[in-house]
Amino acid sequence: MKKILALLLAAVMVFALVACGGTPASTDAAPETTADNADAAPATTEAVEVNPYADVKVGLICLHDENSTYDLNFINGFKEMQANLGLADNQIVIKTNIPESNDCYEAAADLADEGCTVVFADSFGHESFLLQAAKEFPNVQFCHATGTMAHTEKLDNFHNAFASIYEGRYLAGIAAGMKLNEMIAAGQFAAEDAVIGYVGAFTYAEVISGYTSFFLGARSVCPTATMKVQFTGSWYDEAGEKEAATKLINDGCKLISQHADSMGAPTACETAGIPNVSYNGSTVAACPNTFIVSSRINWAPYYEFVVNAVVNGETIPADWTGSISTGSVLLTDVNTAAAAEGTQAAIDAAIEAFKAGTLHVFATDTYTVDGAAQTSYMADVDSDAAYTPDTEVVVDGYFHESEFRSAPYFDVRIDGITTLNQAF
Amino acid sequence: MKMREPLFHIAKRRRMDFWKAWLIRIVAVLFALVVSGLVSYLLTKTNPIEIYQTMWKGSFKNARYIWNLAQGIAILLCVSLAVTPAFKMRFWNIGAEGQALIGGLVAATCMLKLEGAMPSWLLILVMLCGSMLAGAIWGLVPAVFKAKWGTNETLFTLMMNYIAIQIVSYFTYIWAVPAGSGKIGIINQKSQIGWLPALFGQKYLINILVVLAVTVIIFVYLKYSKHGYELSVVGESENTARYIGINVKKVIIRTMILSGALCGLAGFLLVAGTDHTIDSNTVAGRGFTAIMVSWLAKFNPFSMILTSLLIVFLQRGAGQVATDMGLNESFSDIITGIIIFFIIGCEFFINYQIKRTGRREESK
Repeated sequence: MKKILALLLAAVMVFALVACGGTPASTDAAPETTADNADAAPATTEAVEVNPYADVKVGLICLHDENSTYDLNFINGFKEMQANLGLADNQIVIKTNIPESNDCYEAAADLADEGCTVVFADSFGHESFLLQAAKEFPNVQFCHATGTMAHTEKLDNFHNAFASIYEGRYLAGIAAGMKLNEMIAAGQFAAEDAVIGYVGAFTYAEVISGYTSFFLGARSVCPTATMKVQFTGSWYDEAGEKEAATKLINDGCKLISQHADSMGAPTACETAGIPNVSYNGSTVAACPNTFIVSSRINWAPYYEFVVNAVVNGETIPADWTGSISTGSVLLTDVNTAAAAEGTQAAIDAAIEAFKAGTLHVFATDTYTVDGAAQTSYMADVDSDAAYTPDTEVVVDGYFHESEFRSAPYFDVRIDGITTLNQAF
Repeated sequence: MKMREPLFHIAKRRRMDFWKAWLIRIVAVLFALVVSGLVSYLLTKTNPIEIYQTMWKGSFKNARYIWNLAQGIAILLCVSLAVTPAFKMRFWNIGAEGQALIGGLVAATCMLKLEGAMPSWLLILVMLCGSMLAGAIWGLVPAVFKAKWGTNETLFTLMMNYIAIQIVSYFTYIWAVPAGSGKIGIINQKSQIGWLPALFGQKYLINILVVLAVTVIIFVYLKYSKHGYELSVVGESENTARYIGINVKKVIIRTMILSGALCGLAGFLLVAGTDHTIDSNTVAGRGFTAIMVSWLAKFNPFSMILTSLLIVFLQRGAGQVATDMGLNESFSDIITGIIIFFIIGCEFFINYQIKRTGRREESK
């Protein structure tokens, strides 16, 4: 009996503790509610002043959280959109760590239940699950980054978006080529040894398009440059990317760039003292001696475009490709400690040429395939399980990347680039 | 001179009253809430009550959430039920992840390759049999090696997981659309052939009902069948089992076929009932979480409903806290860790008692 009493006493003490913990909490809560009211009051008066965004609620579904450079880039763009349009915190919802499974459908449906008017998702594998939700909620706009299905599904409320990041890669390639030239001029290696190493995730069009444009940018200033590509078979594999970069460096690569989301390759370069051109954002903090420049997609212009379209009742195209002009393709600041002299000026000149439409990354006179110039290429733009080629994309002397749909479809293996492994 | 003895010593309890054991568990949960409340206040300066409310919302916000909760419990429970017969036999099957994944792969393959070859109901039947067979084979291989050559089943089943993951990665790569993307996407999205149909408008209801039925069957199997008796004897002592004429090898192999087949069933439910696609992350660690669910419930299938509810509730709560309060999911994992620590820790006080050494002698 004593024991039971003791147990009961212990339980009472626990409750007392909870109650004590609860009291300051409830006083905390009181000002919060008044603060809410205070927030609500100006909001309603603003509505009288016709705030066009008052009824907007926007959701974002992310594969990982801000610890992944890829997702962080989307989250930052989302917050930039929020600030630019003046949306309140309760008008945006960010769902992180949503896997590419039925959970993505449930997350999208929950956002629609919550009253979101627009739902974005950031990962390629989210697409078919988001599409599933789009069919169920016709009044909500679903916008999927990097996907390929919108232009063939033809739903009014399902859209794809990407950016002409191959132009950004080309610009970053110019910085790489100039660095190679500088090292050749300094006598560090012979011109024909100017080998670039590239760590890629998969043998996927987005990656092939990325490393090819980077290579063409580099070769436009350093004609003797060649490239070796090592694939990791994963979008995020810190150890694997580090290992791949180290392998490339040991194979004699003089400069490294990567298309994968971890810090593996940049840190391997910093350790080895090999210059690195990064992706998704600046890595200068971790690699002050070797980071040259990084290209990235800024998603804020697309978010703003979509929200404005919804507010104004305009239709959103099935495919939207951001560009340098829309502010979607950005380069970080050039790290003058590592970059060659005049890099910024050369990049600026190329940006002007892109804007004027006089420069095309995949101009057919700049590359060959099996020794011959490319005059025709049928791409699998309307993706299907058999990979049937369906669209002629080489017109007017250049390969029209990201024009027939937003997601890249340049999957040509050009001369001068050696892929070291093909397993992925 | 008296020998110096420690002030306290630990002694095994005799069976504790049912209600006392539960009282201890409830007190443990209360302590856990207080400690995690303190931790969350000190680390983030947020009101712990608000965190708990948000965690609650993660499971019970609305009807959709409750269905999702039930679906999450069903799949985790299915894998937990699958590993339980093996555990009772003291066969440490930590290969549930791979057994479920390979079952899921077979289901997905049938959906992809047999679309249009047969009516949907027949395809579902083929998928079900194929998945359970594949899971059973994945369980059978380590069982045969253990029974015939005495290999270590823990390592063997663990390694079989990686083989399954690599096989699935391979097929997701070669069947990816578009080429090279490494994602198959939802299979038969338009025709919905091979999808488990919605029952009374609820698409997860079949999953839930199937797992409920399996729960009852496993309960009866373990408690009342000859098989169930044999496998628990093998678990207690192989020599005893041999002495009373049980064919130990046969029991090991038979039980692992059952364990693997049920994992395959879980893979089938995941592919045909919810995801309608496959990738190497489809089972999402449930094969390992199930070990905890099964142990916490002391291998009782009905208690497993509660323990899997607890785990799924905590997982969903963690996600909700991340979304609503802007706290990283890792923070919620800390809270989950504290709660599970207390819950597992309190089992110690249920099974053992701490006695003052002196007093015990007085009472003698």
